[in-house]
Amino acid sequence: MSWLATVAEFVAAFVIVLGAAFALIGSWGLVRLPTLMERLHGPTKATTLGVGGILVGSILVSRLEQGAWSGHELLITLFLFITAPIAANMMAKVHLHRLRLRDAAISPGPAGAPPEPGGEAGWATYEAPQPDTPVATSRE
Amino acid sequence: MIQFAIVFGFVCLSLSLALNLWRLLRGPSVGDRIISLDTMVINAIAFIVLIGIALADDTYFEAALLLAMVGFVGTVAYCKFILRGDIVE
Repeated sequence: MSWLATVAEFVAAFVIVLGAAFALIGSWGLVRLPTLMERLHGPTKATTLGVGGILVGSILVSRLEQGAWSGHELLITLFLFITAPIAANMMAKVHLHRLRLRDAAISPGPAGAPPEPGGEAGWATYEAPQPDTPVATSRE
Repeated sequence: MIQFAIVFGFVCLSLSLALNLWRLLRGPSVGDRIISLDTMVINAIAFIVLIGIALADDTYFEAALLLAMVGFVGTVAYCKFILRGDIVE
């Protein structure tokens, strides 16, 4: 069984290194990419592979050291996988509203401003939640 | 071998936290600061889990799980405040 423990140790070390490297790549992307819409892409790597790799490494190390499988690390992965798209959607909404206000600190980026959807309506996030609430970023 | 991997992980995560801090201070817009804070929380979760591996202590996972929940609520609260000027309407 000792060769199996050696292989498991090697795999655990590999996934920890992989996770940490992806966290670094995500933050490097956050610094390097030009505008907020591009910067949303960098940290997604840190969320999925970065934290995921370190959690898999944690499961393997606890199996190696204590001899029992532990599943509660998967809770963190599950929760991050559920919440990360919602957080990214909210930040993209902030970007759209700031673009609409013509915030001087924001540029639309290499791809240009996102095109308006066709028809009468604009983006759904521009609409007021109730009929009588004013639109938050309207400029009158 | 795992010891080397853990040290490498600490170095990488510290560097990425420093890069996030640079983006947080630099801006330029408020959305960039929100996204860098969100990334900081995620890197802190990975950091806490790595401390738990290094010290072989199970308690750190509870802290990481709590931070995952609270960090998400914080990000959504920041975004709602920017979008509507209010958090709970």
